[in-house]
Amino acid sequence: MKRRDFLKAWMICGASTTFGITRNAWGGASFEGYPERMGVLVDLTRCVGCRSCEAACNKEQQLPAPSAPFDDLSVFDRKRRPTEKAYTVINRYETTKAGGPVYRKIQCNHCNEPGCLSSCLVNAYTKTQEGAVIYNPKVCIGCRACMVACPFNIPGYSYSSAFNPLVKKCVFCYDTRLKNGKSPACVEICPQETLTFGHLNDLIKIGHERIREMPDKYIDHIYGEKEVGGTGWIYLSGVPFDKVGFDTTLGNEPIISNVKEFLGLIPMVLAIWPALFTGFHLLSTRNNNDPSKQGDSHSYREDAKP
Amino acid sequence: MHVVRNWLIRGVLVIALTIAPADSRAQNMPDSIDLDSLVQFYEKVSFDHAKHIGLSKDCSVCHHHTTGTPTEDANCIRCHKNSAATAVVACTACHSAQPFSAETIKKNKSNVKSYHKDMPGLKGAYHQSCGGCHARDGGPTGCQDCHPRKKSGDAFYHAGEYAPKTPKNGKSRGR
Ligand code: SF4
Ligand code: SF4
Repeated sequence: MKRRDFLKAWMICGASTTFGITRNAWGGASFEGYPERMGVLVDLTRCVGCRSCEAACNKEQQLPAPSAPFDDLSVFDRKRRPTEKAYTVINRYETTKAGGPVYRKIQCNHCNEPGCLSSCLVNAYTKTQEGAVIYNPKVCIGCRACMVACPFNIPGYSYSSAFNPLVKKCVFCYDTRLKNGKSPACVEICPQETLTFGHLNDLIKIGHERIREMPDKYIDHIYGEKEVGGTGWIYLSGVPFDKVGFDTTLGNEPIISNVKEFLGLIPMVLAIWPALFTGFHLLSTRNNNDPSKQGDSHSYREDAKP
Repeated sequence: MHVVRNWLIRGVLVIALTIAPADSRAQNMPDSIDLDSLVQFYEKVSFDHAKHIGLSKDCSVCHHHTTGTPTEDANCIRCHKNSAATAVVACTACHSAQPFSAETIKKNKSNVKSYHKDMPGLKGAYHQSCGGCHARDGGPTGCQDCHPRKKSGDAFYHAGEYAPKTPKNGKSRGR
């Protein structure tokens, strides 16, 4: 059972037994999103795996020095996940398609209806009108609800202080760039223009246009156009998305519909949540001793959760 | 006799016509072009234009329809089957060095008649265009094969003398 399905089942079961809420009671309203929101179209067919975007992110967000140089390609020998020390990573996938491996960039997708935001007990998250999903570390209590609610398994945690764990993830360079009308640092550095920055509505049109003009080159799907209610970062690929690490089982329903039900449970959740997640964390740290799963410390997670 | 003279005149005319445009183009055609948009981290590239003309022969491979040679790209032909040469053919004439600046995005949006809405910026155009042929025809493909990194680049990539000094540090392959 996937962790999120477990959470969903747990929430629905708890909600209906405790409060008698039915599944669709909260799910009616749909949010079309800010019309001027920005996004990024990621074209996997263009990426050459140079990792310049990782280096640019590290510098822009003043993250700790990496454990290996950013031009070290041996990191591709295993699949990585974004962590509190690296908000974006590139993974390499060997595919049967001619033209060599496919590289895939991972970072927060800046969902239109973010699961992290709706699951947060203290409203630490904000979806800005520019499209970024940002958070206020000062109010984060480290309960890790967002980590479980995120369909893409994005938020990382800084455990540098045991008493003050903080959520850490890509913020679309909001403070330093996006809010001043500038593209994120990774977009600016990318030599291949794998990353196209613009108004999300325009990017969706551009994506469909690329597919129409080059039907042999692309899979006829924009990942993120509809998934979980649509995301701000959307993807084009020349190989099926599930072959390059995307979770294609998420459906188009926003995570919010599930999580809203659970908001009624906050008082109970507040009491047991931290204990529950300390348990999760211990379990996942234990798994890391398994040599087949050697990842970047505690943060190794694939999109499709175990 | 008449026929021969006519042929001669026609022949000279044809030769003159074929040489003239090539000549005037050659006058403006640089043998080498300095590409220096990445000088923050890399040495500039002295692009050997003459050599690439020899290698590819067909200008449209890089210049699309702008040099007046017919393009074979099915998507371009739809409009540019018979397009004449444009006044400027340099990459920088169309491909913006700042493709994602607020001004560029606004400009693209305000021009509702513009068809080329998805035109790559200058850096993207270079790398996509060069990289495609280089990978296929065995040209250089590593970053530093074309532009060696400067010290500032080493610092940015945490490579070279700026490489992290940890025992598990993988060997840098210096792309
Ligand atoms: S990808 Fe995850 S962390 Fe990012 S906005 Fe969506 S739910 Fe939140
Ligand atoms: S900078 Fe661009 S080409 Fe290089 S790894 Fe990142 S997305 Fe791919």
